[in-house]
Amino acid sequence: MAEANVGELTATWEGGVSPYAVGHKKLGMWLFILSDSLTFSALLIGYAYVRMASDNWPTPFHLWPSVTMATLMTVVLLSSSLTMVLGVSASQRGDRPRAVRYILFTILGGLAFIVLHVNEWLDLIHEGVRLWENPWGVPLFGATFFTLTGLHMFHVATGLIYLGVVAAGVSRGRFTHEDVEVSGLYWHFVDLVWMFVFPLVYLLSISMQ
Amino acid sequence: MSAHSAHEGSHSHGRLFAWVWIYLLVLTAVEVVLAYVHVLPPAGMLFLLMALSIVKAALIIAYFMHLRYERMNLILSLVPSVVVVIALLFAFFPDSFRLLNLRVH
Repeated sequence: MAEANVGELTATWEGGVSPYAVGHKKLGMWLFILSDSLTFSALLIGYAYVRMASDNWPTPFHLWPSVTMATLMTVVLLSSSLTMVLGVSASQRGDRPRAVRYILFTILGGLAFIVLHVNEWLDLIHEGVRLWENPWGVPLFGATFFTLTGLHMFHVATGLIYLGVVAAGVSRGRFTHEDVEVSGLYWHFVDLVWMFVFPLVYLLSISMQ
Repeated sequence: MSAHSAHEGSHSHGRLFAWVWIYLLVLTAVEVVLAYVHVLPPAGMLFLLMALSIVKAALIIAYFMHLRYERMNLILSLVPSVVVVIALLFAFFPDSFRLLNLRVH
């Protein structure tokens, strides 16, 4: 009995055993997502910290245009996640043209998100919001808003380049299904982060006038 | 035969993903409505919005990122570590309340 256990242990530590049963690319992406989710949590908690410590935090977002646009952005991002998952599904079946088509739809969704968000940024900048000041209250509002949404937008933009490279590679037959799946993981993570940014930054700063 | 059943499987998967998408949209709508209907004090609102967001995140992770279908080993390596580290970051909050009370009004 004891000998059998020793044998099992040796076999496990000799290599050739995959405890997670996933490829190294997928495991790598999951580890990246782990560390990135901690970066975003630190920023969100930093934002919550300064907000709780201030007594005149600005609540500048009106139903039109800010909240409506942010809700639309959420819908766009969720829909791009749906097309991405359908693309991964198509790629799993070996249907490359359909996978590429779905990834291109996902890229369109991401582009729409960035256009809407840049528009939102320009509106706020036009109203006088800067990193260090704003017309309504605590100066840190601008710093937290632009840092949080800026880092998220940077992730969306990076995702668009990533998905573009994957789509090009898949259509030429250079990438495998695992590459598509891993790029999908990244895209869904970007979507997931927005699910926290949207209520914390927008819905809790709604103007009630 | 096997190609046919694989095709059917992907169809039911497509439907599952569409349902997850619909759930996520409904939860988003609930969040937006909650932000306007003041049934709760701000702290309760924050708690409820975060709870809904965690449900949305769980749906995305489980189905879109298909973590649900991975080996339990992977799930147990990834999820608890993130939860613990994020919970540790909450150690800063008592200090933010202290700052608010120190402020000269």
